Amino acid sequence: VRFEGTAHRYGRDVDTDVIIPARYLNTSDPVELAKHCMEDLDAEFVGKVASGDILVADENFGCGSSREHAPISIKAAGISVIIAKSFARIFYRNAINTGLPIMESVEAADGIRDGDRVAVDADAGTITNVTTGQTWQAQAFPPFIKGIIEKGGLIEVAKEKVAR
Amino acid sequence: MPRPMTITEKILAAHAGLDEVEPGQLIECDLDLVLANDVTAPIAIREFAKTGATRVWDPERVALVPDHYTPNKDIKSAEQAKLMREFARAQGISHYWEIGCMGVEHALLPEQGVVVPGDLIIGADSHTCTYGALGAFATGVGSTDAAVGMATGQAWFKVPASIRFDITGAFGPWVSGKDLILEIIGMIGVDGALYQAMEFTGDTIDRLGMDDRFTICNMAIEAGGKSGIIAFDQRTRDYVESRAERAWKVHHSDSDAEYARVIEIDATTIEPTVAFPHLPSNTRPVSEARDVRVDQVVIGSCTNGRIEDMRIAASVLKGRRAHRDVRLIVIPATQEVWRQSMAEGLFDVFIDAGAAVSTPTCGPCLGGHMGILAAGERALATTNRNFVGRMGDPTSEVYLASPAVAAATAVAGHIASPDDLD
Repeated sequence: VRFEGTAHRYGRDVDTDVIIPARYLNTSDPVELAKHCMEDLDAEFVGKVASGDILVADENFGCGSSREHAPISIKAAGISVIIAKSFARIFYRNAINTGLPIMESVEAADGIRDGDRVAVDADAGTITNVTTGQTWQAQAFPPFIKGIIEKGGLIEVAKEKVAR
Repeated sequence: MPRPMTITEKILAAHAGLDEVEPGQLIECDLDLVLANDVTAPIAIREFAKTGATRVWDPERVALVPDHYTPNKDIKSAEQAKLMREFARAQGISHYWEIGCMGVEHALLPEQGVVVPGDLIIGADSHTCTYGALGAFATGVGSTDAAVGMATGQAWFKVPASIRFDITGAFGPWVSGKDLILEIIGMIGVDGALYQAMEFTGDTIDRLGMDDRFTICNMAIEAGGKSGIIAFDQRTRDYVESRAERAWKVHHSDSDAEYARVIEIDATTIEPTVAFPHLPSNTRPVSEARDVRVDQVVIGSCTNGRIEDMRIAASVLKGRRAHRDVRLIVIPATQEVWRQSMAEGLFDVFIDAGAAVSTPTCGPCLGGHMGILAAGERALATTNRNFVGRMGDPTSEVYLASPAVAAATAVAGHIASPDDLD
């Protein structure tokens, strides 16, 4: 799978409360949630994201609450993939489980500025800054997690188990 | 002979049917309990249906607690609570608590004996790590993990490395488990224990009561931890003996188990501590925070809404009144805490102090209801997070502290320790 889009660059410790504030958690409708994505960190986020764009951040992306509304709202807002130096562990699980592509790379996060054009090959794990011409290799997923990603998320894995 | 293991590795190995596990290993485990609440269950129920399952794997091993936006704050919240209630009824789920019995989930489940030592628990709420105080492995997950857990009784885990915190010495006046865990988060940062288990040991921990231990394990997630854990001892036994609805199992770390880090902490040096906006790691001693005036004080939550918290707050508030510019909100975390507080006359103290005493709810902690902040307002709360917009308007601020500091702050009108009051 390949993605290409404009990078939206944020810092460290982006928490799930700013990704989707709790005042909007009285619904789980992705379209409703997407309207408020990143609202408390960057009120202009929803307006400037084009479908396929890429979110880039520093360490500990998605820390805090376990709300799956966070990856749901990011995906529904049009983001194709998140590149970060590291992810908070519940967000990491939630992204894998729900089929939101994520990639870990300190070098790529350091080498991408807000507004750069970025291309990602999720299968090969490569990240290219089209604007500067640099390419990086993201951290590989363990085979077990890769299996979940390739099936399209944890529900698809569970379907086979439930059917047995 | 299996390799020497930590308590966390032993619990995970036992639930994976393995003699031994090591950090980094990916394993599939049998679960003892799956938890969700009125915010996370609606998505979990939707995803559960997508797995093709029609019945939960065990209706006695699923806990559903309507505690976040309840008693329902608006129509949308009522719809979410209704969806969960109807699922609980249709599935014959025994661990569902209606309003009137309901409490804040992480205070309620240990109190009701639904979680026991040696358990492996996942919960679609990040503060599920609270149950580690019982000597269990408990971790927060998202709704999809909870859905698959409900359908299959299993979940996948990466075995975490452990950090051991050896805490020794006696607490000074007005220092509590909350100050200790804030100190630790301030020391290692909000991702200082990322993907790792936090194991708390030492004579300081040995002397602490269960309520302080729950507070400490509750905030492991605020350091990025996968779990927090305190091994079973006589205090744990005294707590669970009259409550546990199932047999429990005791695990201890081997003396030669391997740790990613061992951090020694001298408890005698810890002062009453406050986390400033907008991260729980942004800690300072109360003595350096006295110039911060507050509009609201909240005492409650899964972190500090238990009976000891109510007693400490009342001991500070007795014979005093909240500052006229401060709105004081007290929220006992469960009906049992409520009844006990009432029986001990604590509510008289709170009401005489000018406090609003609420029925159990997560409410203001996550900016749900029952104490939302306006633009620019400041609250000091005994809760667990102070992120941007956490309790209301994105320009409002939350300061985190213990019940003693919260009560003193309510009286003083600015951040204060009980010793600062006349």
